[in-house]
Amino acid sequence: MPLSGIQIYKLLPQTNCKECGFPTCLAFAMKLAAKQVELSACPYVSEESKAQLSESAAPPVRLITLKSDGYEIKAGNEVVMFRHEKTFYNKPGLFIRVRDNEAASDISAKVASIDAYKVSYVGMELTLDGFAIEAVSGDPASFATAVGTVRAASRRPLILISHDPAVTSAGLQALKGEQPLVYAATSANWEAMAELAKQHNAPLAVSADSLDDLADLTEKIKSKGVEDMVLDPGGQDLITYLTRATQIRRLALKKNFRPLGYPIITFPCRAGEPARESVWAAQAVAKYASFIVLDNAAPEAVYPLLVLRENIYTDPQKPIQVQPGLYEINNPTAEAPVLVTTNFSITYFSVANEVEASGLPAWLLVADAEGMSVLTAWAAGKFDAERIAKAVKQFGVENKVSRKRVVLPGHVAVLSGELEGELPDWEIRVGPREAVDLPMFMKQAL
Amino acid sequence: MPVEVPKDKWPGAVRVVTIGATASEGGTRKSTVTVGGEKAMPFMHFEGEIPHRPVVALEIKDRRPDDWSPLLLEAWGDSVNDPADWARAAEAAGADLILLSLSPTDPDGNAATPQAAVAAAKAVLGATGLPLMVFGPGQADLDNELLVPVAEATKGERIVLGICEDKNYRTIVATAMANGHLVSARTAMDVNLAKQLNILISDMGLPLDRVLMDPTTGALGYGIEYGYSVMERLRMAALQGDAMTQLPMIVTPGAETWKTKEAKVGEGVPSAWGNWLERAINWETLTAITLLESGADVIVLRHPESVRRVRAAIDDLMAVTETA
Repeated sequence: MPLSGIQIYKLLPQTNCKECGFPTCLAFAMKLAAKQVELSACPYVSEESKAQLSESAAPPVRLITLKSDGYEIKAGNEVVMFRHEKTFYNKPGLFIRVRDNEAASDISAKVASIDAYKVSYVGMELTLDGFAIEAVSGDPASFATAVGTVRAASRRPLILISHDPAVTSAGLQALKGEQPLVYAATSANWEAMAELAKQHNAPLAVSADSLDDLADLTEKIKSKGVEDMVLDPGGQDLITYLTRATQIRRLALKKNFRPLGYPIITFPCRAGEPARESVWAAQAVAKYASFIVLDNAAPEAVYPLLVLRENIYTDPQKPIQVQPGLYEINNPTAEAPVLVTTNFSITYFSVANEVEASGLPAWLLVADAEGMSVLTAWAAGKFDAERIAKAVKQFGVENKVSRKRVVLPGHVAVLSGELEGELPDWEIRVGPREAVDLPMFMKQAL
Repeated sequence: MPVEVPKDKWPGAVRVVTIGATASEGGTRKSTVTVGGEKAMPFMHFEGEIPHRPVVALEIKDRRPDDWSPLLLEAWGDSVNDPADWARAAEAAGADLILLSLSPTDPDGNAATPQAAVAAAKAVLGATGLPLMVFGPGQADLDNELLVPVAEATKGERIVLGICEDKNYRTIVATAMANGHLVSARTAMDVNLAKQLNILISDMGLPLDRVLMDPTTGALGYGIEYGYSVMERLRMAALQGDAMTQLPMIVTPGAETWKTKEAKVGEGVPSAWGNWLERAINWETLTAITLLESGADVIVLRHPESVRRVRAAIDDLMAVTETA
């Protein structure tokens, strides 16, 4: 938790020497609290104060990075409990579990196909993030071989799952120069695991079945010099995960409780059946997980999760936009009508869904209204005759249709005269105010 | 190291709302459904009471919905031809209550009539002992025309009438008051609009323990994050003591999901979307789970397998294993 200006002031020399460039220590403290100056501008601050101030400036949920050749995944640095309070920053990584006792050819094929999976959603390409290799064999050599096989089929970041330090060590040896996540340190093996994590500069996941035990372990591991940790709060059901993950996030943000100020890893793959796994993973996406390990990589399971992750992690402070352009709905021909709307995503989806559901073909012309809805954009001067005319020309509408006719949203009927001026050979029609009335309008009036 | 978990202290609570009335209460239902009463954010059992579990409703239509996805028609089979059969099938599929949603037209394309709406509602009440909600086609005038006679013909059953929105709330609320029913107040993804409609309804004299609020949510991929955050904000306002937001929330992930291409369409879609049926059920289930996490009390679904999955999740989230 960042210190207030007054709290910082108490740690400063309070001599008002002005050497920092500010008239008083209090003024300097205020600037520090606002993160507008560096503490190094004060030549007289004590070492003790420096340590305290840098501790308070550290993010409440530590930033952890997994790295492989060409990929990087960041986790942590979150600042709110609820997305509307600001935003959620680092999307949870979705990892698919591979076991080291599977045949090498199976591992290769599976990993290659998951690595190549991509799906397009509102103009973005969504993919999975990496693989979690579990040492079921218990044998260091088999584990190292499996890690090598995965690495040959995909360059994405990895999680190494074993409770045996000898096995983990073999896996780490096979990944020189990378930063995989080591899973996991427990009360039984933490010293050896901490040693390995330190040696390979890899983040270390810590697993325990209560917050008390987790906090104990992270403190012990930290004392061995490992700073980058990830928490596995355990639990075999939705409510245990939800409770513990909420408590961990809250302790970190509200109490600046360092022993639990780390990102969270969770294992929906332990749910036992694919349907339950998807439900667990959905909860984990919404509620504070940073690493989510799955068994089910079937596209019908993965696609909804990837979309949910995009949705939850969109910044609520910015309207989501769709790309302006001319969209085809229900395979329109040259006779189909041209409907105009704005590029606010909800506006676009409302109109596109209604028209699509009606089965009636149409051209949907999405004008650039800077991501605002029809009325808001009109009021802000971002959706006027000039912009609509520009969109008609820019997207070559006249080359697509035989009948030069555009339908305006009912809310901006007032623009029709002006638009006739901008588009002299076009017929301008005024449609309904609400998208839900479009199918009826298209059937009866067009 | 003993960790002391900070607990949020909330002064407010969500109202308790009971849907349906048994014979002793003036209706004919075999069971009733009670929702609301939360004194903490969703499933935070360790800091406040969550006395009633969220419930799952299945949406059925008054006649075969030819515009529904073939997956849904297949799942319900012949029962879709008769609302009474469909209601029995929905009860067997594990619904806690039934939503009968009325079509705007009859099979021949003529406008729906109040007589047919009343007949459908009575048939459903006769076929199942579960509590009932009846929603109009979503056009304010037609809703009024159909729902008022339905409300009169089912007097005392404590059914939920919808959709009650700013355009028609006077008529719907008046008939709910006259006939001992409840209303579902729908607004468009906005905290203040929701609050305003609740104030208007309350000003007419309908006690707020007979109101559910429907904040409207998009489906997964189609704006769910707006509904999600509006619901979290409404619930926080309720817990902070804002009386006009202290209503249980009803959401319709079934209707939202089955409008989307991902659920509705099986052909001509990208192969990266995977198996159609499983994708559609995941879409509906994940939409529902996400809204459950943000405070939904009544979840209206369309596919029986989604009901099974969402109910299992609710069982899990209501099983208090540790209270820290």
